[in-house]
Amino acid sequence: MKISVVKNILEANDRIAQENRAIFDKKGLVVFNLMSSPGAGKTSLLEKTIDGLKDHLRMGVIEGDIQSSQDAERIARRGIPVVQINTGGACHLDGNMIRDTFEDFNFDDLDLLVVENVGNLVCPAEFQVGEDFKVMILSVTEGADKPSKYPLMFHESKVLLINKIDLLPYVDCDIQTIKKEALKINPHLTMFEISCKTGEGLDAWYSWLKEAVRSRGVDLKGK
Amino acid sequence: MHEMSIAQSLIDILREEMAKHNAGTLRSVRLHIGQLSAIVPDSLSFCFEVMTSGTELEGAGLIMETIPLKGTCRDCKQTFEIQDYTFECPECASTEIDTIAGQDLSIVEMEVD
Repeated sequence: MKISVVKNILEANDRIAQENRAIFDKKGLVVFNLMSSPGAGKTSLLEKTIDGLKDHLRMGVIEGDIQSSQDAERIARRGIPVVQINTGGACHLDGNMIRDTFEDFNFDDLDLLVVENVGNLVCPAEFQVGEDFKVMILSVTEGADKPSKYPLMFHESKVLLINKIDLLPYVDCDIQTIKKEALKINPHLTMFEISCKTGEGLDAWYSWLKEAVRSRGVDLKGK
Repeated sequence: MHEMSIAQSLIDILREEMAKHNAGTLRSVRLHIGQLSAIVPDSLSFCFEVMTSGTELEGAGLIMETIPLKGTCRDCKQTFEIQDYTFECPECASTEIDTIAGQDLSIVEMEVD
């Protein structure tokens, strides 16, 4: 007997992600999902962003790693709420893991929650966690062929941060090719060239992020 | 290797559907795998086989069909196949494209006894 089904295989995760999103919306909390390959600079970007925006908005961070709490310790030194998730092998975070952290936060004290996903250019793009938007980092040491090799993540992201531009003189990577290839896959992608090492380009990212939070109705201090 | 998580979600849905239809044996299941989804069919097959081994689902065939990426242009309403992951209308060069196929991961049919 044949049964016609037509069901999205990821529906269970999508449903939990929607529930998470409803909770974030109710608390007036903006959430973004930060993705990249291992070592592209996710935690460094967060350290810089926390310092750059500490007078303007109240941030919290969920750190996703397969193992260890080193990233959470780095964020905790900045004096903001952080929860470490160890996936114990899983290559991505999902809606359920994010939901399990809720009791460790007081969302009333936060304007922005960042979910730092497991370093991986493939799997995290497939799983919603309840975010408002996705941000990805590509560092120039990874090469300009990454958009065409990993199209899903570039397609799903709202922002692409091209990091480590201080290393451009030492690597064979053409930044215009990265941009051109990324825009083919996602013509509406917002891109910033940055260096978390020197701080170059970060002000434009901070301004964009402040505006993104403000445009969702969150009242920012300081401005 | 998120195929393990995908296989688990798939098995959960299959069990639910089989109970709903009072089915005892799963012969095969047909999946549509969007071209843009980051699934490797061979890995999914492997995970499915390992995870169903020794269960009532053991031996079920997994038939996977890759669904090409298709879009509709919001400006000229043209529907077209998105080639080379380039989200641009081949008719009017607009980049206002709605993806209408090739992104999802879905079960479309099960054969049961």
